[in-house]
Amino acid sequence: MEEKKEKNGFEPRLVGILCRWCSYQGADLAGTSRLKYEPNMTVLRVPCSARMSPLFLMKGLTSDIDGILFSGCHPGDCHYISGNMNARRRFVIFKKLLEFAGMEPERIQMSWCSASEDKKWADIVDSVTIEVKKTGPNNKFK
Amino acid sequence: MKIGVFVCHCGTNISAVIDVQKVVNDLAKMPGVFAMDYKFMCSDPGQNMIISEIKQKKLDAVIVAACSPCLHELTFRNTLIRGGLNPYMLEIANIREQDSWVHTDRDKATEKAVRLAKMAVAKAKRNQPLFPQEVSVEKSCLVIGGGIAGIQAAIDISSAGYQTVIVEKEPSIGGKMAMFDKTFPTLDCSACILTPKMVQASQSKKVKIYTYSEVEEIGGYVGNFNARIRVKARSVNMEKCTGCGICWQKCPVKVNSEFEQNLGPRKAVYVPFAQAVPNVPVIDCVNCTYYRSKRQNPESKGLCRICEKFCPAGAIEFDQKDKIIEEKFGAVIVATGFSAFDHKVYGEYGAGRYKDVVTALQFERLLNSSGPTQGKILRPSDSKEARTIVFVQCVGSRDESKGVPYCSRVCCMYTAKQALLLKEHIPDANAYVFYIDIRAAGKNYEEFIERVQDEYGVLYLRGRVSKIYRTGDGALLVRGADTLSGTQVEISADMVVLATGLVSNPETVKLGQMIGIPYDKNRFFTESHPKLAPAETQTAGVFICGACQFPKDIPDSVAQAGAAASKVLGLFSQEHLMLEPVLACVNQKICNGCFHCRAVCPYNAIDEEILKDKSVVARVIESKCHGCGNCISACPVSAVDLKGYTNEQILEQLQSLR
Ligand SMILES: Cc1cc2nc3c(=O)[nH]c(=O)nc-3n(C[C@H](O)[C@H](O)[C@H](O)COP(=O)(O)OP(=O)(O)OC[C@H]3O[C@@H](n4cnc5c(N)ncnc54)[C@H](O)[C@@H]3O)c2cc1C
Ligand code: FES
Repeated sequence: MEEKKEKNGFEPRLVGILCRWCSYQGADLAGTSRLKYEPNMTVLRVPCSARMSPLFLMKGLTSDIDGILFSGCHPGDCHYISGNMNARRRFVIFKKLLEFAGMEPERIQMSWCSASEDKKWADIVDSVTIEVKKTGPNNKFK
Repeated sequence: MKIGVFVCHCGTNISAVIDVQKVVNDLAKMPGVFAMDYKFMCSDPGQNMIISEIKQKKLDAVIVAACSPCLHELTFRNTLIRGGLNPYMLEIANIREQDSWVHTDRDKATEKAVRLAKMAVAKAKRNQPLFPQEVSVEKSCLVIGGGIAGIQAAIDISSAGYQTVIVEKEPSIGGKMAMFDKTFPTLDCSACILTPKMVQASQSKKVKIYTYSEVEEIGGYVGNFNARIRVKARSVNMEKCTGCGICWQKCPVKVNSEFEQNLGPRKAVYVPFAQAVPNVPVIDCVNCTYYRSKRQNPESKGLCRICEKFCPAGAIEFDQKDKIIEEKFGAVIVATGFSAFDHKVYGEYGAGRYKDVVTALQFERLLNSSGPTQGKILRPSDSKEARTIVFVQCVGSRDESKGVPYCSRVCCMYTAKQALLLKEHIPDANAYVFYIDIRAAGKNYEEFIERVQDEYGVLYLRGRVSKIYRTGDGALLVRGADTLSGTQVEISADMVVLATGLVSNPETVKLGQMIGIPYDKNRFFTESHPKLAPAETQTAGVFICGACQFPKDIPDSVAQAGAAASKVLGLFSQEHLMLEPVLACVNQKICNGCFHCRAVCPYNAIDEEILKDKSVVARVIESKCHGCGNCISACPVSAVDLKGYTNEQILEQLQSLR
C-alpha cells in the first residue's frame, strides 16, 4: 500500500460527508443522469451539514484519509433553516487551525450543492480528486 | 453481533459495472458478517430471502447494498419489521446511483462498492433499536394558491369531511383559468367550468378562503404545522359589502387592469373580474386618491372618498389594517401556479415596443366576450379589427440562450385553440402559425391540431421567426423561414401573438425556503419521486400540484390536485402519526449546562431541566426536535448526540475507510 501511494498512480482515498436533503440527492441525480466522475470518494450521509463536527475531520485525517469534503444545501436552502451556516462557521475556523498546524488546505473542503445540481456534483468530486492527487498522500499524522 | 449483507444486482443496473460476487466475497470475510446476492433485492422473493436469513442466521442488523436509500429505505425497513427486527437496524449502501451508474472502470467501481458496504457494516455495528414517536394529527389542510389546482384540491379534501383553508394572494380565486375564453381541446367555455367550482369551494362549510392574503411563516412538522397568514387590508368590510358594484362605477380613478393584461382599465376600487369569488372589491392603495392624499398630508381628512359616500352598505373602511391569523394544520398543499415568460428579452420581436405584438394571455382576453373588447379581435394600437394574425410559438420555451431549456407543454395546444377561435370570430381572417415541432400528446389533442389545420384552414409554417418590424402603414412585417419548403417568408400582419412559455412563479424560492421544500434548476418545485410520487415533496405532510411543479394543462393540474388531496386524506385517516426517531438526546451526566446547544437550535427544542443536585442541564423537547444535529456539533463536552447518526457511528464509518 505505502509503495503504491508513493507512485505516480496515487489514488487518494476521499470521503464526502453530505447532507441528505440537497447534496446527497444531487449526487443521486448525477447517477440518474448517468454522469461520470472519479470513483475515489466514498459518501457518508448525515441529516444536515450542521452535523459536521471537527471530530470527524480529525478522525478522517488520522485514519489515513487523504481528503474530506463536506457538502450541504446552498445558503438559505438548508432543510433545517440555518444549519449550513453554522456548519460553515465551524468549518472555516477549524480549517484555519489545521492549516496553521501544517495541513494542506486541499485536503479539507466544503461546498454547496443542491438536489438539482447533478453536473456540479460530478465537477466537485473531480476537482477535489485532482487537487488531492496533486497534493499527494496524507502522512501528516504518521 | 451478526450482520447480514444483501447485495443487489438490480437486473444489470449494478452487476454490469460492479463485480457483485467479489463484493459478497470481500464482505463475507469480515468477522460476524454473512453476505449474499440476488437479482432484485426489492422484489417479493428478494425481501422474503432477507426475512428468512434474518430468522435462520439470527441476524441483528441488515445491510442492503442496492439503490439509493431515497428510493427503498422504507421498503427494507418494513422487511426488517416483518423479519422481527427493529427497522432502524437497517443500513443501505448506495451502490447504484453513487457507484455503478457514475463509474465505468469495473475494478474501481467494485472497490468502491466494497468500501460503501464496509462503511455501512461499521455503522450498523453501533446501531441501536429506535422507536418512532407518536404525534397527533391536526385534521385541517392549508392550500396555498387558489388557481384551478388549489380549488380542486380544496374541494376534494372538504368533500371527504375535512377542514380546508385556501390562501390566495389576489383579490379573487380562479388563477389563470379565469382569464381564458375557451379551453382546448373541447372548447368548453372556461368560465362555465371554472365558476361552479369557485362557487362550490366558497359555499362549502368546510372551506375557508382568505383572498388578498399571504402565508408569512410556516413552522412545525407533519400533522402539526403552524402557519401565520397575513390577510391584507381590503379597505372594504367583507361582511357588509353586497357586491352591488356602485363603488367601482363611481370611482374616478382609472388604471390598467392586471387581469386584463393591461389591455383594459380598472378602477382604484375594483374586483378583478365579474365572476370574482368573493365578489367583494379591494381598494388599490397605491392609486386611490384618498390614500395618495393621505400619504402627502397625513393630517388632512383625505381627498375624494366618493366610494365611501355612495356605498349603500357603509362597507368602505379606509382605516382597515392587515389582519394576522395563526392557525394549525396537519398538511400543506402548494398550488401557486406559474408566470408567463417576459418576452422583452426577444429584441427581434420588438422587445415589447410594438403594441400589436401581444402575448398569448393578452390574446385570451381579446377573445373573451367579457374581456376589454367584448370578444372583438381589435388590435391594441388603433382598435381596428385584426384580419391577419401571425402566431409565433416557443417564445421562451426550448430556448437555452434565454434560460428556458424546457418545453412549456401547453403552448402548441393553446396556440391552435387561439387560431381556431380567431377563425370562429372572423371566418375570413388569415391565421399563420410559426412552429418548431407540434407537441400534442394528450387525449384528442392531435385530432384537434388536425382540425385546426384542415377544417379551419390555419396555415402552419415550420420555422423560426427571425424578425418583426413595423412598416409605415402601421402593419407588422413578420420575417421567418419556412424550413419545409426551404424559403424565406414575409407576412404583413395586423397583429402578432407570441406563445410565451410558462415560467416559475417568482415567489418560488422564497416559498420553498419558508416551507422547506426544494425547487429545481428552472425553479419549479421538486416532487418526491418523478414517477412514483409526483404530488409529494421531500418534506412529510407537504404536497404540490398544478403548474408550480412544472408547466401543465388543466386536466393534468386537476388530476395532480386530486392526487395531492388523496395523500392528505390518507394522512388524515390516521389518528396518530409515527415520526422519525432521529432525534437529539442529552447525556445529563455529562452536560455542564452551558446551553451552547440552545443558541444554535433552529426549533427552540432545548429546554432547561433542574436535577436533584440543583444543577441546570439541557433537555431535548422531542416533539420540537427535527434531528438536524446542530446542537451536537456545538456541544463542547459531547453530551448531546443524534440517535441514528451518533458520533460513535460516524467515527466508525470513517475508521472503516482506513
Ligand atoms: C395563454 C394560455 C392559455 C391556456 N389555455 C389552456 C387551455 O385552453 N386548456 C388547458 O387545459 N390549459 C390551458 N392553459 C394552461 C393553464 O393555464 C394551467 O394548466 C392552469 O392555469 C394551472 O393551474 P394552477 O392552479 O396550477 O396555476 P394558476 O392558474 O397559475 O393559479 C395559481 C394561483 O396561485 C396564486 N398564488 C401564486 N402565488 C401565491 C402565493 N405566494 N400565495 C398565495 N397565492 C398565490 C395565484 O394568484 C393564482 O391564483 C393555458 C395557459 C396559458 C398561458
Ligand atoms: S439540510 Fe442540507 S445543509 Fe442543512
